[in-house]
Amino acid sequence: MSLTQDTFAFVADVVRRRSAIQLEAGKEYLVESRLLPLAREGGHAGVDAYVREVRSARRESDLADIVEALTTNETSWFRDNAPFSALRTHIVPGLRAERTVLDGLKVWSAACSTGQEPYSIAMTLTDVLGPGARFSITATDLSEQVLAQARSGRYSQLEVNRGLPAPMMVRWFQRAGHDWQIADELRRSITFAKHNLLDLPPAGPFDVVFLRNVLIYFDLETKRSILGRVHRALRPGGYLVLGAAETTIGVDGDWERVPVERGSVYRPVHAGAVPSPRPAPGTLTGATPAVPTAAPRVPVSGAPTSTWPVQPRPATTLPTAPRRPAGPAFEQGVTR
Amino acid sequence: MRALVIDDSRTMRRIVAGALEDLGFSTVQAGDGQQALDLLESGEEVDLACIDWNMPVMDGLTFVTRVRANPAWRNITLMMVTTESEHGQIVRALAAGAHEYLIKPFTTDAIRDKLDLLGLVPAEEPV
Repeated sequence: MSLTQDTFAFVADVVRRRSAIQLEAGKEYLVESRLLPLAREGGHAGVDAYVREVRSARRESDLADIVEALTTNETSWFRDNAPFSALRTHIVPGLRAERTVLDGLKVWSAACSTGQEPYSIAMTLTDVLGPGARFSITATDLSEQVLAQARSGRYSQLEVNRGLPAPMMVRWFQRAGHDWQIADELRRSITFAKHNLLDLPPAGPFDVVFLRNVLIYFDLETKRSILGRVHRALRPGGYLVLGAAETTIGVDGDWERVPVERGSVYRPVHAGAVPSPRPAPGTLTGATPAVPTAAPRVPVSGAPTSTWPVQPRPATTLPTAPRRPAGPAFEQGVTR
Repeated sequence: MRALVIDDSRTMRRIVAGALEDLGFSTVQAGDGQQALDLLESGEEVDLACIDWNMPVMDGLTFVTRVRANPAWRNITLMMVTTESEHGQIVRALAAGAHEYLIKPFTTDAIRDKLDLLGLVPAEEPV
């Protein structure tokens, strides 16, 4: 069954107004697959019928459900690896080299979904900063539902299978019935809060901001506006980590791109300031500042300017392109 | 790259081998740890072994211990793929020399994620 254009246009408008996420033509499959469970729950034959009911009933809770369904997605631990490797080998050593004392490091994990990213950051920082080091992570998402799971730190077997290195699993998790419970030590380092990227950033300033696989869903103007807010939320000399298919280049010129291994991170450039008095070990000096030019909208499923040399993955908390379907045997959970 | 899939369930071997082949591996299969050791001793060269725990003749943990005891096989990456899901069992497998541990049931994405961690999925060139 396919959606009518009228249904798609209505849903896209609701999502855009409430989250600024653009659902472009071609994303009908996404709307259908995400809303079908809601439609069935309400006893409707399909998404068109469900949306007709939503439009006539005009209930706030229905609209919130739609936005939540379209902006939430599965995620994995240490997703894409490279950003966590950059945190370990370049960002923390870079900050250490520029400050006499690196204590109380503050990180913002934006669009954190069910918490795998902030917990992966916490595991990495615990390792790299050493015992007793203080750090805090503010983890935000638009969806209360995903934040509730993130706060609980409780994950299913299928969830812990996704990208969590076995040594980390035995170190930081304990069995809790059929699920796995993350250690309180990690939970205490993270504050979870509901936040819309279009609003003012959470209380900073931050040393590092993870904003991964989010910008690709916004139009150029919104990207620029979000990057401006993140810029103001970062300490001078801080770092911005974007997703594999994202860059500040062509969007916002107030960033210095720092090549790290085979990818990049970004540092805020402040008028009249020298961005990197002492570059992080292994980084290139004299990186060309981004020149603001008009750039075409980055399509959701494409990766025209991959900054990490990895397979582009679906977004953490946002609508995604379809992935290669898992075999039916896996979906059913093969055991022996 | 070549992978050895060790499981006494033919269905499971087919599923794991299929997932690995989708990722570009060639595969060879064994029905228990002893058969797998025989293959290695006969000169079969593999980069990765995916190993079930509970199997007749020789279990997966014993296979891991035997592989780790032979320096000629030190470059083989060992990943347990098993229903055994207790915290202590994962610790035992890692202590015996397994590099990774994937608990059944799993999705094809999960197997890919694990191989990514192990550096066994070739990175694609940026578009």
